[in-house]
Amino acid sequence: MTNNLTWVEVGPAANIPQQGARTLQTQTDRIAIFRTLDDQIFALLDRCPHKQGPLAQGIVHGHFVTCPLHNMVFSLETGEAQGPDDGCAAKVECKVIDGMVRVGLTELQAGLRHAG
Amino acid sequence: MNHVPANIKAAKARLVVIGNGMAGMRTVEEILNRTPDKYDITVFGAEPRVNYNRIMLSPLLSGEKNFDEIVINTPEWYRENNIHLYSGDPVVEIDRIRKVVISKSGTETEYDRLLLATGSDPIIIPVPGHKLSGVVTFRDVDDVDVMLGAAAKGGPAVVIGGGLLGLEAAVGLQARGMDVTVLHLAGHVMERQLDPSAGYLLAQELERRGITVITEADTAEIVGTENVTGVRLKDGRMIPADLVVMAVGIRPNGRLAADTGIAVERGIVVDDVMTTSDPAIFAVGECVQHRGLCYGLVAPLFEMAKSCADHLAEIATDGYAGSVTSTKLKVTGVDVFSAGDFSGGGNTEEIVFRDAGRGVYKRIVLEDGKIKGAVLYGDTTDGGWYFQLMKDGQDVTEMRDTLAFGQAFAGGSAGNPFDAVAALPDDAEICGCNGVCKGSIVAAITEKGLTTLDEVKGHTKASASCGSCAGLVENLLAATLGGDYQAATVKPICTCTEHDHDSVRRLIIAKGLKSMPAIMQELEWKSSDGCHVCRPALNYYLLAAWPGEYVDHGASRFINERVHANIQKDGTYSVIPRMWGGLTNPRELRAIADVADKFDIPTVKVTGGQRIDLLGVKKEDLPAVWADLNAAGMVSGHAYGKSLRTVKTCVGQEWCRFGTQMSMSMGVELEKMTWGSWMPHKFKMAVSGCPRNCAEATIKDFGVVATDGGWDLHVGGNGGIHVRATDLLCKVTTDEEVREYCGAFIQLYREEARYLERTAPWIERVGLKHVQERVVEDADNRKALFDRFMISQQTAQKDPWAERASEGVDAHEFQPLSMIAAE
Repeated sequence: MTNNLTWVEVGPAANIPQQGARTLQTQTDRIAIFRTLDDQIFALLDRCPHKQGPLAQGIVHGHFVTCPLHNMVFSLETGEAQGPDDGCAAKVECKVIDGMVRVGLTELQAGLRHAG
Repeated sequence: MNHVPANIKAAKARLVVIGNGMAGMRTVEEILNRTPDKYDITVFGAEPRVNYNRIMLSPLLSGEKNFDEIVINTPEWYRENNIHLYSGDPVVEIDRIRKVVISKSGTETEYDRLLLATGSDPIIIPVPGHKLSGVVTFRDVDDVDVMLGAAAKGGPAVVIGGGLLGLEAAVGLQARGMDVTVLHLAGHVMERQLDPSAGYLLAQELERRGITVITEADTAEIVGTENVTGVRLKDGRMIPADLVVMAVGIRPNGRLAADTGIAVERGIVVDDVMTTSDPAIFAVGECVQHRGLCYGLVAPLFEMAKSCADHLAEIATDGYAGSVTSTKLKVTGVDVFSAGDFSGGGNTEEIVFRDAGRGVYKRIVLEDGKIKGAVLYGDTTDGGWYFQLMKDGQDVTEMRDTLAFGQAFAGGSAGNPFDAVAALPDDAEICGCNGVCKGSIVAAITEKGLTTLDEVKGHTKASASCGSCAGLVENLLAATLGGDYQAATVKPICTCTEHDHDSVRRLIIAKGLKSMPAIMQELEWKSSDGCHVCRPALNYYLLAAWPGEYVDHGASRFINERVHANIQKDGTYSVIPRMWGGLTNPRELRAIADVADKFDIPTVKVTGGQRIDLLGVKKEDLPAVWADLNAAGMVSGHAYGKSLRTVKTCVGQEWCRFGTQMSMSMGVELEKMTWGSWMPHKFKMAVSGCPRNCAEATIKDFGVVATDGGWDLHVGGNGGIHVRATDLLCKVTTDEEVREYCGAFIQLYREEARYLERTAPWIERVGLKHVQERVVEDADNRKALFDRFMISQQTAQKDPWAERASEGVDAHEFQPLSMIAAE
């Protein structure tokens, strides 16, 4: 699957606040890009699997984010819900090269191909 | 000269107690337990206050406790037990021929039995300058007051004496912001309780906390003209100081006894039932010398009190046989324990365990297969167990191999703490301070049906003094009651910490913690940067503790407080501008209408708090919406925050034919005074202009209801799931009083409630009386609370909308990092 991704540079990691997140609006949806206290960058679809809460607006702690709507906690590494909750937020591939964040988009997200 | 006549009921013997300290009052309590009606009791105390727990002076100094928390016997207790208390009126003479004591004020009181509990005096080294202003001892509440006064100004302090008391004083002063140097004559600190290795670890820990420790420091002179300015050592070194605390030891106070011809050597000489050389006169506590020994710790005093009470109650007793003592340092975060003789040498052997990584050091000294002494640093869990083995004289040869690992590894008892206490014998001592053994605690639990730690404290005194055995007592409760026991005491904030809300708040102040990393480091957080539960709480506690100084940490706030609007289920926001007291005007209404049109806002609704809510605003539009509302003179309504929300009003005397006061203008005034303040939870107010109460003030956090002659002030109301009507706080007459009581109440709530605790459950928890004592009955405290609130408001009243709409604050919150354009 990874080889089908289109890698797009979206801006400097420094533009994302520590223990915070910014979003990336794609052609189909919104991606949340997180920066943790230890300066690692992670990305999930900005949509909690429970009630579609905007994860980018949650509190970031360790390698986790807490959804602002109902306090479900998701791992930034895997997208999986923690504790008693079930569910998985969609993980998005991303990496940092020379301080710039690059996100792996599908063709639909990148607008290279139109749905249906 | 007063003459107090002999008690009319001749049948009751008259017991006079000289000394209102821990030993004297404990003896009185023990006597009352045995025989409540035998004596007519009179107590003379030199200090002008009730009896308090002297071993808690250190937490009092560091700010971890206040005076009320260290009081042992309240004035009511003296009254209920018919004890005549003369506080601040020391006895100056004993006339043994007439059996009369004479106090400083001239009162003469006859006695049949006289109990001396005159305690000890701190030793003052008679170096030049020891009488300068700013030189104190560390012995009573007055000393603490002087030390706090000096600490309020900051600056350097010197503590002479690196023993138990000196180090507690040093840590307390350092926690209060002073720059502290400890001067100690011996080669390492606490040399009477610790060996050089543990002393070194302790000194290192103190240095790490910023306290300078100079050992082998011999004081030559205290320097200064009127006030102290420094201390000069014999080797010529000069250490600057605005405050010098002498904590070099204590000396039994036997002056009064000696003056009247009672045998006094180092202390007042007593036998095993605490009788002095005069059979009608007894002595207990630090003033006595028993079998050649004087004691300066609390446990022996309490053992003496029991023997003395048995004798005075005429109950057969084995008498007091002397004490084997153990020591703990009462400094938060430093665990030190020692007991017995650990000097080593001779026929002794020793077992030493070190773990440098954890800063743990244990040394157990054995002689003939028995424990002779122990020193523990860093991990003192097993102190009580070693101490018990030592007192029992038990042969430990069999468990020698694992002795250093503690009780959990000793054959038989498992690592489970409940099994460990269950395995203890009935005579195992649980509370060292009060000499309470396991058997008496278990008996009290089963016979009296006790279920909580506080009840056990009340009935047995176990853990009622220094409190370090509270965990053991709880384990005993659990082991005794089985499934019926629910530990109610400490509920950690979240899984990141062992601390509960109250202890974190206390320690933020006591240890001067001013940032989130400082809290997490010092209070040993278990996660790297907390979680969504603890971080918002800590952020609030820091804001409340250090107004104007602490920089708000946005990443630790819930999204609503980060973007100053209220997130809705679809990820859009609601925007509610402030309308002071619920009042608006055509200009504001036009601006609101224009904003709704311009930004295509789907829903406009009037709220329960008399405001207008714009619902469905897109996040990226927020700054522009605010700019337009700002331009019409409106600011944030904080409808999204744990903060002052709204002040709802009725029209009142301004319009209403029933109105008795101007409720609208009062509401506007209160809202202008209180807006912008962050709180433990949301906070709503209302002002009604007459008792018909159309503004529904009696379900608000703070409700004001006008009466004919003034205002009724109500607190702790709540709508919502659990409707709670307010309690009447008090009645006031002037508008000025309404403002002051309002600010003071809010500040008390801000300082004492737990994060996310509304005023209703807070008041249910602490009691209305607690609030009234601080806000209504104590005018000075009310004023102080109000002043602290207004100081905090100076930096809090800044419109967050304006900062974001026109000053570019937190711009990253409102714009995406990037957009992917279509090809």
